Amino acid sequence: MSRLGSQVRTEVGLVVRNGEQLLLTLVIPVLLLTFFSLVDVLPTGGLEAVEFLTPGILALAVMSTSMVSLGIATGFERSYHVLKRLGATPLGRPRLVAAKTLAVACVEVLQFVVLIGVAALLGWSPDASGWWSALAAVVLGTLAFAGIGLTLAGRLRGEINLAAQNGLYLVLLLGGGLVISADEFPSALRSVARPLPSTALADVMRDALGSPVAHVGTSWLVLAAWAVVAPIVAAALFRWD
Amino acid sequence: MAAIEVTGLSVRYGDLEAVRDVSFTAAAGEVTAVLGPNGAGKTSTIEVCEGFRRATAGTVRVLGLDPSTQQRLLSERMGVMLQEGGVYPGARVLDTVRHYCALYGKGADPIEITRRVGLAERTTSTWRRLSGGERQRLSLALALASRPEVAFLDEPTAGVDVHGRDTIRSIVRGLADEGCAVVLATHELDEAERLADRVVIFDRGEVVADGTLAELRSGHDEIRFRSAPELDVLALAADLGMVASRVGTDEFVIDAPSTPRVMALLSGWLADHDLPLTDLRAGAQRLEDVFRRLVSEEGR
Repeated sequence: MSRLGSQVRTEVGLVVRNGEQLLLTLVIPVLLLTFFSLVDVLPTGGLEAVEFLTPGILALAVMSTSMVSLGIATGFERSYHVLKRLGATPLGRPRLVAAKTLAVACVEVLQFVVLIGVAALLGWSPDASGWWSALAAVVLGTLAFAGIGLTLAGRLRGEINLAAQNGLYLVLLLGGGLVISADEFPSALRSVARPLPSTALADVMRDALGSPVAHVGTSWLVLAAWAVVAPIVAAALFRWD
Repeated sequence: MAAIEVTGLSVRYGDLEAVRDVSFTAAAGEVTAVLGPNGAGKTSTIEVCEGFRRATAGTVRVLGLDPSTQQRLLSERMGVMLQEGGVYPGARVLDTVRHYCALYGKGADPIEITRRVGLAERTTSTWRRLSGGERQRLSLALALASRPEVAFLDEPTAGVDVHGRDTIRSIVRGLADEGCAVVLATHELDEAERLADRVVIFDRGEVVADGTLAELRSGHDEIRFRSAPELDVLALAADLGMVASRVGTDEFVIDAPSTPRVMALLSGWLADHDLPLTDLRAGAQRLEDVFRRLVSEEGR
């Protein structure tokens, strides 16, 4: 097996065998999607709950994999000197970064297959014309969240990074427009939520998958800005050991 | 040609000069032990050799390559064992060894390596479930995955039980016998004494000794013995006219060659003072004594 292939297999295997990561990347999104689709308690702007929720839950899946899962794993790899040890092999940094990118993509494909399958069972039938826009949003969201996750992972000690990533996940889950649209927030909170990458990604995904969002142009700009700036900051601040 | 050549190496961290004008060589087919107290500069030196750290001054060549600019080429021929960690905590033993064999692409057999380091019964255990000694052996296995021409092993037997130490010593010796240049960084002088063909001793960022064990010990004979704790070592030294010191509660050393005359003087003195004589040993100094002699008190 090639060096890149072996590294991707190792990275994906570690995620799939890690119960906490599976909880974060798959179980929580599936539970949120199923529960709030069946129990009508969220404001959905006149849409069926599953129609409103699914794009936001897909955005949540992107955030959980590319920020929290990647960030926590990388933070511990730093603490346990795994990155240092890999640095003494012929793998090289470009292949390591490529392997992590491909591993995130593999997990996201798995998440999307499961979540779209569950959503379909719950009655979701999105507009097929928006998938390319959704795919572009997923790519930008992955870059943005990976940049944030790796910035934390590259500077904080393993346990502190773990707490910070989980704390940020919770804040963005509740206040980042993923499950409840930021349009429903009080104006002060809305102005805080708008520039967040989670809000922007959720808005763009909703717009692409059949629930038009009035300010989607701004959301694209916000998402693109995070996708450019966050990886640059991560690359500048990341410490390998 | 030496496998490793370090010439005039200096490493500086801000105002701190961690390594100062260090030079030494390590040959293929030999085990070179790098000894020194914490902060002596040995880890910084080895990290420069591995390509992890840049030198402030001086030149380093490993297998003829400059580690700072040719680390990728060097990594294909180099085995590394970190002092701790280096393995995904959730990864299983055989998966990890298999992964590293694939990264090096030298055709090493992961099952054979796992057996060689004594982890054949632990192949499905994750790193976090291994004991300290088993973790060390897994770390050594990853160094073997490269079929190394040069190997840097940092404290390979730290925390390892007696049986595991034997296994590790045998593997390290085997590597050298196969022609690999093995550099062993260790605090354990006994380990170095058992394994090393050559010893480099660091203190305060400088090399204070470099040579074979025989060279370092030469000219420093001693007589080491045990007696009663109440033995007056100052009186002994004065009466015999030699340097004598207490190295343990009931253990003493006289810096002198073990000639029949000195032995007779010592046994006579002990008899005169009605003191016992047990565990008498005479000859070249142990590496520990060489180390004590060369390394500053603060460093130890």
